Amino acid sequence: MDNILSIMSSEERAAFSLCALYESAGYQKYRMSKFEEYALYVQNKDFLVSENVITFTDTDGKLLALKPDVTLSIIKNTRTQSGVMKVYYKENIYRVSGSTKSFKELMQAGLECLGEVTTETVIEVLSLAKKSLDYISSENVLEISHLDIVSGVLSACSVSEQGRREILMYLGEKNESGMRAVALREGLSAEAAAWICRLVTLYDAPEKVLPALDALALTPALRAAIEELRAIVAGLRALGISDKLIIDFSVVNDMNYYNGIAFKGFVNGVPAGVLSGGEYDSLLKKMKKNEKGIGFAVYMDELSRLADAKGAGK
Amino acid sequence: MKPILNIALPKGRLGEKVYAMFEKAGFGCPSILEESRKLIFENEEAGVRYFWVKPSDVAIYVERGAADIGVAGKDILLEYAPDVYELLDLKLGKCSMCVAAKKGFADDRNRPLTVATKFTNIAKTHYAAEGRDIDIIHLNGSIEIAPILGLSDVIVDIVETGTTLKENDLEVVERFVPISARLIANKSGFKFKTERIEQLRESLAKLVEEI
Repeated sequence: MDNILSIMSSEERAAFSLCALYESAGYQKYRMSKFEEYALYVQNKDFLVSENVITFTDTDGKLLALKPDVTLSIIKNTRTQSGVMKVYYKENIYRVSGSTKSFKELMQAGLECLGEVTTETVIEVLSLAKKSLDYISSENVLEISHLDIVSGVLSACSVSEQGRREILMYLGEKNESGMRAVALREGLSAEAAAWICRLVTLYDAPEKVLPALDALALTPALRAAIEELRAIVAGLRALGISDKLIIDFSVVNDMNYYNGIAFKGFVNGVPAGVLSGGEYDSLLKKMKKNEKGIGFAVYMDELSRLADAKGAGK
Repeated sequence: MKPILNIALPKGRLGEKVYAMFEKAGFGCPSILEESRKLIFENEEAGVRYFWVKPSDVAIYVERGAADIGVAGKDILLEYAPDVYELLDLKLGKCSMCVAAKKGFADDRNRPLTVATKFTNIAKTHYAAEGRDIDIIHLNGSIEIAPILGLSDVIVDIVETGTTLKENDLEVVERFVPISARLIANKSGFKFKTERIEQLRESLAKLVEEI
């Protein structure tokens, strides 16, 4: 066994260990074909990190693509009976890399829960995300946002579609002055603009942020989302997970697809996020599936930069 | 000992002004003021390490994590859209992103507008929002001569005082984005050095208010 491990790259070893973690938590391995019909990505192109997809024509004339994403394939190819379907995967995907602007083969490991997703399921997925980060490096942070709080605040202020897009972009950049300028341009009072800007300034450990969220709880939808976030943090705490958790509303996923909890994981020494996930009921609705979904992916290629990854030393 | 905060500053006059602000904010590094050709300066006691880099490269150093924070012009941030946090407008190096053309130029909407620029993405986004069909000519410098030589109808460039335009018989047609220097941070670096970066941001914000 040691011999096998020694010939694996550090990413493969890490992926191997993460799969073992998900397997032990009761998730089933999901295997999928390397190819998918291109139409799937055309219909959901905004869900993809990059619109570019490698396509080719099959012998029967069908236009196929090398998978740029795993979640869409899992949703399309599974049918949940009742309860929650829990699967994990380790797959190569093909995407345009941001820096080189050319296609790259990237390894992802992750998991998805589809079906009757409850608060308990969300807590379980977040705890597995945190354990994945703990495995990769002891110096890690899991930041959690609740998109219904963000959209609730924006809806309460009735900003235009364009203003909403700009505000979300600035929120993702933690750009308070940009956000305030858009809010004022949208005709909001200085007080309302300052209220929206709390989404940028409120970030810290849950025990500091959660009490301060009362200031945002102006509508029933906001109150419900805040209560849910509190219940999730309490659930994580009950599992012994309270350290290195941050509430940060700058984790902004595309709200056409995502809703509810969104999260991102960082480890010290890797400049970009290594883990990303969230709830995607809106995507399921678009794909005519009457169920809920949550999942996350760990970007194994990012880990190659981490010299002190636990996996690398094993 | 404090963890070292890696800071990328733009070489040149703007960088020197920015460093003066950082020093006032309590993040000084005296060796940086000594005459030398060194590009990296460290003050272990204050826990800071500065690098002088090409202004257009600051965002890359920060995005890729070689620097935790840096100062870059809004023009560079709009053009390259790096995945970084933009924490503060330092209100230094103020200028505007402009469309300029030969004096008296009238746009003929029956044909695509030829646009010479260093800022290809900014120009594309600007004209796409107006629904104007354009032909982009990417240049790396001396943009102002493009309309004079008939290479392009207009240019998209940053304009501070407008003197260069005037001397080349050009005029501003439209100012569409205000530009200034911004404090940016690497998303991962920010998580692990939050307190120090926040402390710096707050001190700088106070200094900006005084300007």
